[in-house]
Amino acid sequence: MDTTTTTYATSDMLTPSQNDPTPPELVCPAGSLPALKAAVDNGANCVYLGLKDATNARNFAGLNFDEAAIAQGVRHAHAKRCKVFLALNTYPQAANPLLWQQAMDKAVDLGVDAVILADPGLMQYAVRRHPQLRLHLSVQGSATSHEAINFYHEQFGVVRAVLPRVLSIEQVRQVIEKTQVEIEVFGFGSLCVMVEGRCALSSYVTGESPNTHGVCSPAKAVRWQETPKGLESRLNGVLIDRYGAGENAGYPTLCKGRFDVGDDTNYYAIEEPTSLNTLGVLPQLMKIGVRAIKIEGRQRSPAYVAQVTRVWREAIDQCVANPHRYAPKTTWMSALDAVAEGQQHTLGAYHRPWK
Amino acid sequence: MPTTPPPAQLKLSLGPLLYHWSYDTVCQFYEQMAETAVDVVYLGETVCARRRELRLPDWLAIAAMLIEAGKEVVLSTQTLIESSSDVGLIHKIAANGLCAVEANDMGAVHAVAGKVPFVAGPHLNLYNVPSLQWMAQLGATRWVAPLEMKRDDLALLQAAKPAGLQTEVFAHGRMPLAFSARCFTARHRNLPKDDCRFSCIDHPDGLTLRTREQADFLVLNGIQTQSAKVHTLIADVPDLQTLGIDMLRLSPQSQHMADVINLFDAVRQGTLAPQAALARMVPLLPDQACNGYWHGQPGMALVAPATEAQQHAIT
Repeated sequence: MDTTTTTYATSDMLTPSQNDPTPPELVCPAGSLPALKAAVDNGANCVYLGLKDATNARNFAGLNFDEAAIAQGVRHAHAKRCKVFLALNTYPQAANPLLWQQAMDKAVDLGVDAVILADPGLMQYAVRRHPQLRLHLSVQGSATSHEAINFYHEQFGVVRAVLPRVLSIEQVRQVIEKTQVEIEVFGFGSLCVMVEGRCALSSYVTGESPNTHGVCSPAKAVRWQETPKGLESRLNGVLIDRYGAGENAGYPTLCKGRFDVGDDTNYYAIEEPTSLNTLGVLPQLMKIGVRAIKIEGRQRSPAYVAQVTRVWREAIDQCVANPHRYAPKTTWMSALDAVAEGQQHTLGAYHRPWK
Repeated sequence: MPTTPPPAQLKLSLGPLLYHWSYDTVCQFYEQMAETAVDVVYLGETVCARRRELRLPDWLAIAAMLIEAGKEVVLSTQTLIESSSDVGLIHKIAANGLCAVEANDMGAVHAVAGKVPFVAGPHLNLYNVPSLQWMAQLGATRWVAPLEMKRDDLALLQAAKPAGLQTEVFAHGRMPLAFSARCFTARHRNLPKDDCRFSCIDHPDGLTLRTREQADFLVLNGIQTQSAKVHTLIADVPDLQTLGIDMLRLSPQSQHMADVINLFDAVRQGTLAPQAALARMVPLLPDQACNGYWHGQPGMALVAPATEAQQHAIT
């Protein structure tokens, strides 16, 4: 079949978002059934989840869903008018592409509302096999421009794209202006400083990466060791950080370690352990037509999901009710900082000087 | 039974220059490269839009010189697209009229699909046969395998990929492992990216990041993060030939590039043994060698040639 003929006419497209007063959907992480219930019960509009295998980008031991759990989760969510998205957002590997296709078939049988995909081959499979299925472009697809996003729409009918955490608010606005695909952005959670889908640092050190195995800095490669110089964290033997007495040790995500460059020693050469928090720019995000706000953290606890969902539900509701008088409450910010990586937050790339 | 044609000769390409060098240095470099055995040269700025020692007309002038010298020239697009002017540049490159285009982002694929033949670059994340078929239908004539793809996976794709789609493998150089909105070279100097003062021009092979044990780990190259170790598949050339790989990409380094090319050329011609070539290669590299990805290991590993009794990883 010639896929280049599978194009989607403009008449299929959605209403331009800038004219649409619809409040943004709050999209929350579910790494387990209890986390899903925490999200749904605290006001999520959508939850996203993955299977217990390499088909999704949070392939961590003890996490994620089997078919029975998805069925239960879908029932619980749909009963409260919450949508369920399945993340199939790693790249099908040459040796076993069927795993990803079968996962999609299961998802359709179980009644999920959309699938979040990064791989064009898998999108093509969706178009042919499940033409009614709603396709979202994963952040792992690395689409940062309207040219890329509109291409996925023309080729596969993608209706929503999740933007990598690299654009400033002005750049996000320009993308929204030139596409009719719904734009979803990250609102809160651990911050990838690299373009998602374009980072192989983890496989350089451990052999496994988000693209190929759905993991970054996998736990099985981590070693902790008390030494006379301090507590050391290593990833497959590479020293990522060393903590002095009284310092809080963090997970050795390799881009968030302390290194030496030139004469500068022991600094966060790439990124501090910190969380993205965009509560402060929520009115701007809504004004430019962002259609959904994503909370990161499928690897986090149900308590985290409950806390973050509750705060964001309240914030979005207040911002919708009265955008001009909106200001993030101190209690929201402290509640979020309490669960944030490194107990601190940043606006990341949305705020230009961060770059 | 039809007779199988003899395998075409393995070609060598010079990948796009990943570093920020001065205009004069760049021109001298490509004058020198015109004299080497590379068959194809990729030109253009693929890392950072702020680097403007050379503009598109300058690259096209170098392209004309290389074409005159008998090289095939391909213009590469920027990998991370952020601004409207980045998108505009993609369209200018697509319409250059002189050279084929290497698309390094799906936005660039959009600009060339169905219009001009193109090379699908190494950061498009093509990991499986359906994705390759899609690329070929869009007009790709060659694809570059993802850096982290192992030999055994590539062998599967070689057996099932669309006819006529050539395969290129990144076979030499510090590996571009990650891209960011943030400039790490400017960060090192406590400068904002918007006022970076083009700091990366001081680091012709990137700025080395070391662990606190003083082990070279990564290389900061503006918004790009590279491996400190130098990936080289010189000892694996016979294996690459067996798999029917069409082209090996050699990524520019500031010193000894012509010698690196000579070694690959000698091995592909069969006039130099792979192991001997590796031994001669090591002193030409800006850091230690690695080849782990090809062997299904962490990318930083160095897997000894298969002829040795034991495979071991050096970290």
